[in-house]
Amino acid sequence: MTANLVNVLMGGVFHAAILFLVAAGLQLVFGVQKIFNLACGSFYALGAYTGISAVAYFTGHGGPPILFVVPLAAGGLAVGLVGLVVERGLLRFVYDRDETFQLLLTFALVLMLEDVIRLIWGSAPASTGGLYLAYGQARLLGATVPVYNLIVIAASLSIALGMGFLLTRTAFGRIIRAAADNREMAEALGVDMRWVYARVFTLGTMLGTLGGALVIPATAAMSEMGIELIVEAFAVVVIGGLGSMRGAFLGALVVGVLRSVAISVYPELEMLLIYLIVIAVLLWRPRGLFGAATA
Amino acid sequence: MRTPLALGVVSAAILVLPLVVPPYHATLMLPFMAYGVVLLGFNLLFGYTGLVSFGHALFIGIGAYAGAVLTTKLGVRHMELILPVAALAAALAAAPVGALCVRYVKIYFGMLTLAFGMVFYTFLLKFYRLTGGDEGMRMLRPSLFGSEWAGFNKTAYLVGPYYYFSLAVLVVATLVMWRIVGSPFGLCLKTIRDNPLKAESLGVSVPRYRWYAFMISAVYAAVGGALLAPPTGNVDPTLAYWTHSGNVVFMVLLGGFASFFGPLLGAFAFIFLQDTVMSVFPYWRLIFGAILAFIVIVAPGGLMGLFARRGPVEVSRR
Repeated sequence: MTANLVNVLMGGVFHAAILFLVAAGLQLVFGVQKIFNLACGSFYALGAYTGISAVAYFTGHGGPPILFVVPLAAGGLAVGLVGLVVERGLLRFVYDRDETFQLLLTFALVLMLEDVIRLIWGSAPASTGGLYLAYGQARLLGATVPVYNLIVIAASLSIALGMGFLLTRTAFGRIIRAAADNREMAEALGVDMRWVYARVFTLGTMLGTLGGALVIPATAAMSEMGIELIVEAFAVVVIGGLGSMRGAFLGALVVGVLRSVAISVYPELEMLLIYLIVIAVLLWRPRGLFGAATA
Repeated sequence: MRTPLALGVVSAAILVLPLVVPPYHATLMLPFMAYGVVLLGFNLLFGYTGLVSFGHALFIGIGAYAGAVLTTKLGVRHMELILPVAALAAALAAAPVGALCVRYVKIYFGMLTLAFGMVFYTFLLKFYRLTGGDEGMRMLRPSLFGSEWAGFNKTAYLVGPYYYFSLAVLVVATLVMWRIVGSPFGLCLKTIRDNPLKAESLGVSVPRYRWYAFMISAVYAAVGGALLAPPTGNVDPTLAYWTHSGNVVFMVLLGGFASFFGPLLGAFAFIFLQDTVMSVFPYWRLIFGAILAFIVIVAPGGLMGLFARRGPVEVSRR
C-alpha cells in the first residue's frame, strides 16, 4: 500500500519536475514579453530529439554510458539557442501587435517545428535505448524508484532555486522584473529592451528544450509530444497564475501529482480532471491559485 | 460596387463546378463548404465582436459527433433532421460555456475556450464505450432531400446530391449571417469590439451580446461540423483537438478577418493549398506555418486585405 502510494507520488513528482521546466520558460516569456508562447511544447519536443541524437553520438563514439546525462543536458541546452533565432527572426516584428497575432505567430511556430522534427528525425518514435536504468533503482519506503528520476527531480529543484536567485539577487534579474512590471519606465531608465527580450526568450526556450531532453530517457520521443505537452504546461501556468515563477512550481506539482493519482485510481479522469480544475481556477481566481501577477 | 458581380460569377462557377471538373476536385469543395459555415460563425466572434476562441473545435466536434450518433446509434438518417439536432446540441453546450467565457476577453477568453475544448476532447478520447475512443465513430451516409440515393456510389453521391445539399446550407448560412451583421445587433457587436466602455454607456449589455454572438458562432460551427463528417464517413476526437481550433483561426486570418467574405476565401484557399502542397511535399505544416507567420507579420489583413486595399487593418494593441 505505502509502496504503491510512493510509486504514484514519485511518478507524479518526476512529471512535475519536467513540467516545471517547460512552464517556467512559458512564465518567463509571458511575464516579460506578454506573449503566450504556444511553441514552448515544440521546443520541448526539439530538446527531446536533440537529446537522443546527442546521447547516440556520445555512446557511439565510445563515451561511457554512465555519463550519458552530460551530452543529454548539453544537447538540450544547446538547441535552446534556436530561441534566439526565433526571437530575432520572427517575434520581434510583432511586439506592438494585438496579442491575438502574437499567439498566432507562436501557433505558426508549432506547425513549422512539428514538421522540422519529422524532416530531421522521421516520424517513428525514438528513444535512448536502455539507458534509463543506467544508474540503477533506489528503494524508498518499499517502492523502487529509478535513480535517474531522482536526479531529474534534483536538477529541476536546483534550476528552480537558480531561477529564484537569478530573478531576485542579480542585476539581470532586477532588469527582467523591471521590464515585466513597467516596460516604458525600464526603457526610460536606459534598459535596452531588444537585449532583454532576446535573452529572456532564449532563456525561456532553453528551459523548455532542457525539459524535453531530461524527460526522454524515461519515455519515447514522438513528433506530437510537443502539442500534447503544451496543453499540460498551459494547465500548469493557469493553475499557478500567469507570469509567476512560484506559480509554475506549485502548479507543476499540482498537475503532475494529480495526474499521476488520477491515472492510478480512475484512468478515464486523467486529463479531464486537470482541465476541470483549470476551468474552475480561471473562473474563480483568474490570477491563479498562487498568483502574483508578474515574474 | 464590384461585389455583386464577383458574387454572381463565383456562385455560378460553384454551381456548375461538379459538372466540369474531375470528381476529386469537386469532393475537395465539400470540406470548403463545411468550413465555410464554421468560419462564418467564427468570424462573428473574431472579426465582429473581437473575441478569439481557441476552443472552437469543441462545437465542430459536437456537430460531427451528433451526426455520427444519430446515424449509427439512433437510426436517424435524414440530414434535414441531423443539422437542427447538431445546432441544438451546440446551443445547449454553448449556453453555459459561453456564459462563463464571455466574462473574460483577450488571452483569458482564449485560454478558457481552449480548456473547455480540451475537456470535450478528453471526454471523446477516454470514454471509449460512449464515443469509440481514439478510433471515433462511423458516420453513415445520410439521406438528403428525402431520398436515400441508393443507386449512387460514394463518389457520385458526394459530388451530386451531397454537393448541392452542402451548397444550399452554405448559401442559407451566408444569407442569415449577412442579415445578422447588418442588423442593429451586428452593429452593437462591432461597437463592443471597438469600444466596450462606450457600448456599455449607450445601454448595450456587453456580456449579453457577447454571449449571443458566442452561441450563434457555436451553432454555425456545429452545422459545419455535421457537414464535415459524411464525406470522410468517420468522426474522431482530433476534430475537437486544440490544433484544429488553431487551424480554424488560421483559415480566418488567411482569408481576412476584417471582411465578410474573407473567411470563406480563407477556407477555400486553405483546403486547396493544403491539397496542392501535400501532393508535392509531405511536410505541409512547415509550409503552412511559414505562410501563417508571413500573414501575421506582413499581411495581417489576409488575402482580402491584399485585394481590397482599403487602408491598413487595425491590428495593434488597444
